[in-house]
Amino acid sequence: MWSIGVISLNTFRENLRDKILYNLLFFAVFLIGGAIALGDLTVMEHDKIISDIGLASINLIGIIIAIFVGTGLVSREIDRRTVYTIMARPIHRVQFLLGKYLGLVVTLVVNVVIMLIVYLATLWSGHVPIRSTVFQAVQLMLVEMLVITAVALMFSTFSTATLSAIFTIGVYIVGHLTEDLKAIAERSPSATIKGLMSGLYYIFPNLEMLNIKGQAASGISVSIAFQSMATVYGLLYATLLLVGGCLIFQRRDF
Amino acid sequence: MDILSIEGLTKHYSSGWPGRPPLVVLSGLSFSVAAGEIYGFLGPNGAGKTTTLKILMGLMRANSGTAKVFGYAAGDIRAKQRTGFLPESPYFYDYLTAEEFLGFYGRLAGINRSELSGRIIQMLQLVDLTEARHRQLRKFSKGMLQRVGLAQALIHDPELIVLDEPMSGLDPIGRKLIRDVILNLRDRGKTIFFSSHIIPDVEMICDRVGIIMKGKLLATGRVDELVRRDHVQSVEVVCEGVEVNKLSGIEPFASRVRQQGRQSLIILQQSHNLERVLAEIRKHGGHLISVTPQKGTLEELFLNPSCSLSEVGG
Repeated sequence: MWSIGVISLNTFRENLRDKILYNLLFFAVFLIGGAIALGDLTVMEHDKIISDIGLASINLIGIIIAIFVGTGLVSREIDRRTVYTIMARPIHRVQFLLGKYLGLVVTLVVNVVIMLIVYLATLWSGHVPIRSTVFQAVQLMLVEMLVITAVALMFSTFSTATLSAIFTIGVYIVGHLTEDLKAIAERSPSATIKGLMSGLYYIFPNLEMLNIKGQAASGISVSIAFQSMATVYGLLYATLLLVGGCLIFQRRDF
Repeated sequence: MDILSIEGLTKHYSSGWPGRPPLVVLSGLSFSVAAGEIYGFLGPNGAGKTTTLKILMGLMRANSGTAKVFGYAAGDIRAKQRTGFLPESPYFYDYLTAEEFLGFYGRLAGINRSELSGRIIQMLQLVDLTEARHRQLRKFSKGMLQRVGLAQALIHDPELIVLDEPMSGLDPIGRKLIRDVILNLRDRGKTIFFSSHIIPDVEMICDRVGIIMKGKLLATGRVDELVRRDHVQSVEVVCEGVEVNKLSGIEPFASRVRQQGRQSLIILQQSHNLERVLAEIRKHGGHLISVTPQKGTLEELFLNPSCSLSEVGG
């Protein structure tokens, strides 16, 4: 546990010094600027649009960090050969991988919390009611970021940062279309397409399950049971990916 | 007692094409390093030195054979606890300052907080980087990076230090500093295993060397033994009062003659002709200034292994 903590703390420090938190400034400017502009332009849907933009911005920035930092987590260490001196220390490869993962997770949580504070301040200043559904949506967004970070990390254990980013973006897009895959499988007369689409439906993460931004912006809450089930599903999926990443990483030569 | 032992180590990579033979990097490599010695692993670029070191540190797996460190399989956590490693041309987290960098590696080695700050100061003094302790590594020169890399390898006071080309790319002052640190470590009872293709460095500080070429160990032993056993000695004779071109009797024995003012330099290929040459000098009224046996160098051995070395250990 000690080694995991040391590596995750260092990964968090690396992210800070890589100026990843600068995106927060961008977020704040975008959100406040967007809210003021749209507040002037719209009459009926003012509250919903402000809520929508805010939640979508938090989600988008979090996912971008998860993909582009996550895919470099391991591959960059290998490319730059920093992994040599770390692996020569009395630590297991699994500890290294989990340390890197947790370091990025801490970065994401800090980012999301700060963005959430800016978002709430914007809602408050725009006299938009703050509902509990916002927190439900942000919590599931975090779970989605954990899944995407695990996807990115797994790809980066055996692939380059660029390819890992492409693969992870692919998983993210397909992950939001899994219901469509299921629908195609059900409607297609071809047994091959049916089998292929069903296979993809079960292999890819169902990221739409973690997306309740639309409801949240409209003030519609989801049940605790759904919230819990979606959270457990996401965490389980992320765990499976991490196990896969560890198995690959254990076997590779540097 | 052997700290490190390698037996029949083989590593090959697939050529990537069906039907093509694999690329063999190590072929049945065997040798051992005893406690308290400096062992130089000498070979040209691409000989398999780094691959051997990577296998020893658990960064790479061999296809066959065994590599043991402190009696444990290479890469075992218990072996790594007692080993320090500096890779070739190291690249470190350049956003860290030298102090943070050593703190990070010290914590990874399990050094507790109270002990760590003292160790960091000690290591920075050892590699002469105390003044740069608050500077980020991205502002370090290559020599400074090599030195701070050596400090991270030593932060947990390991018994075995494995260094991959530690003096490569350094200026003479940097090389001397690294040499002094290595010798100082040996004096403190540490075992040092380092690879190099810079022969004078190996010759100067190593107790024993292993010469590797194309993945095979060609020779291993003490430097003086290897040189004495395998190389024909030459003798340098300096005399005065005689013109060297008048010494016609020495022509069959001398490999090189040179007149420098009143002094003459004669280099003999074999020492058993010395008496005849000295007699010839006296016969022509010359005075002997010096006779210096020229020891063969590791460089000659290294550059011409086919005539002087016999393969050992595969």
